[in-house]
Amino acid sequence: MPMKALTGNEAMAEAMRQINPDVVAAYPITPSTEVVQIFSNFVADGLVDTEFVPVESEHSAMSACVGAACAGGRVMTCTASQGLALMHEILYIAAALRLPIVLCEVNRSLSAPINIHCDHSDTMGSRESGWIQIYAVDSQEAYDSIIQAIRIAEEAFLPVMVSADGFIISHCMQRVDTLTDEEVQSFIGEHKSPYQLLDTSRPITVGPLDLQDYYFEHKRQEIEAMNTVEPIIEKVAKEFGQKFGRYYGLFETYMLDDAEQVIVAMGSAAGTVKEACRELRAEGYKVGLLRTRVFRPFPHKKLLELLDKPQIKLISVLDRSDTMSTMGGPILVELRSALYNATNKPMMKDYIYGLGGRDIFVEEIKQVAYKGKEYIESGKVDKPVDYIGLRE
Amino acid sequence: MKGWRELEIGAIIPKPGTAMEFKTGDWRIERPIWDESKCIHCLFCFIYCPDSSIIVEDGKMKGINLDYCKGCGICARECPKDAITMKREVEIRKEELQKRE
Repeated sequence: MPMKALTGNEAMAEAMRQINPDVVAAYPITPSTEVVQIFSNFVADGLVDTEFVPVESEHSAMSACVGAACAGGRVMTCTASQGLALMHEILYIAAALRLPIVLCEVNRSLSAPINIHCDHSDTMGSRESGWIQIYAVDSQEAYDSIIQAIRIAEEAFLPVMVSADGFIISHCMQRVDTLTDEEVQSFIGEHKSPYQLLDTSRPITVGPLDLQDYYFEHKRQEIEAMNTVEPIIEKVAKEFGQKFGRYYGLFETYMLDDAEQVIVAMGSAAGTVKEACRELRAEGYKVGLLRTRVFRPFPHKKLLELLDKPQIKLISVLDRSDTMSTMGGPILVELRSALYNATNKPMMKDYIYGLGGRDIFVEEIKQVAYKGKEYIESGKVDKPVDYIGLRE
Repeated sequence: MKGWRELEIGAIIPKPGTAMEFKTGDWRIERPIWDESKCIHCLFCFIYCPDSSIIVEDGKMKGINLDYCKGCGICARECPKDAITMKREVEIRKEELQKRE
């Protein structure tokens, strides 16, 4: 396995080169610009067979991807933040037409105020679009997840977005163990398309008007497709692990078995939480990490099974975006809903952190655990939502 | 009607020409009435009809397909011989009821 020093963007572009998709339609945007730039170099250098469509906007990028996927192509694109927001309308169409498009997403906050740095507001704004969402913890996982996403998308006939935190992952150089081109090709296999618009022997209509009589049934079918996704992700991850030695689940746990406090995080901050857990354990705090990796579908049954334990007294959720519902961030809202039927209902507390790319430090996460200990001792959480690293 | 398990993936329509199965004639408020004696078979109506509802055989106007005619009245307006006139469907319905009585 070739070992390389790559930034997240380089790793994702490399995965795209090895996948060698039929069509890539993309419009560069910070912090994912390099993915498109590097990939277009691969196209110019003849290293891929891809038809690269440079478009005038992300709305057009996703539209061209939909067209190419309808025609039966293996299609990929890449975007971030405002770009994903501009794709919003077409994201729903890609999912409802059941097109296995894979999107390399780099997490960046949404305007206003204008900001190019990391938070999860962009992809959280797409969480109900019918796309599968996988959040990587580092460059290695972004690379591996994109390769797995091709298989997942083409088996579930649903589009997948793989997210990597802007700058923290996209621009930081890390060691990445890449696969050989042959390994990638043999893992992803032949492209399967749910239908082909250009197959003249089987003429079809795509995207017809669908009113009160059938729209509901088609939406139910889409929901059912999402119901099939968890085992597909697990199967693909298992096969990937057996072949290449790196295993990924729907979520990751660390020091969780005997934990009385669980800290939940997603994306790059989970690595920081791991370090905090190690230090806190040395100080005698029974703290563990739950990293939600797959956010769509939300693996609520498995999370209930994991967290419905008498020793777990408190779950502190770190959310890198807010729902503006005044109930906290999206991870808290969904996890609390998943735990509604728990026998051993833990207390829950949400912390919004890192908006607009503000750093989060080990010491701040340790404060979460210190405060958590007080909550456990007093038996109640004072405020349901708090903010980390915010000036009052 | 089919349940969600029986439907095609992605709401595609797996065969061509299914627009024929969607009869739009019941949207009509006014019906075109064709007076064959005035017709010179210029086929302006055929050219202008947005719903392909003018029936033509051997190059001659043969009538109007009311399964699809939405009653827009373009044929009546374009006809150079006033061979097509528009009549309100309610009037036609009333006359039919009177006949039955």
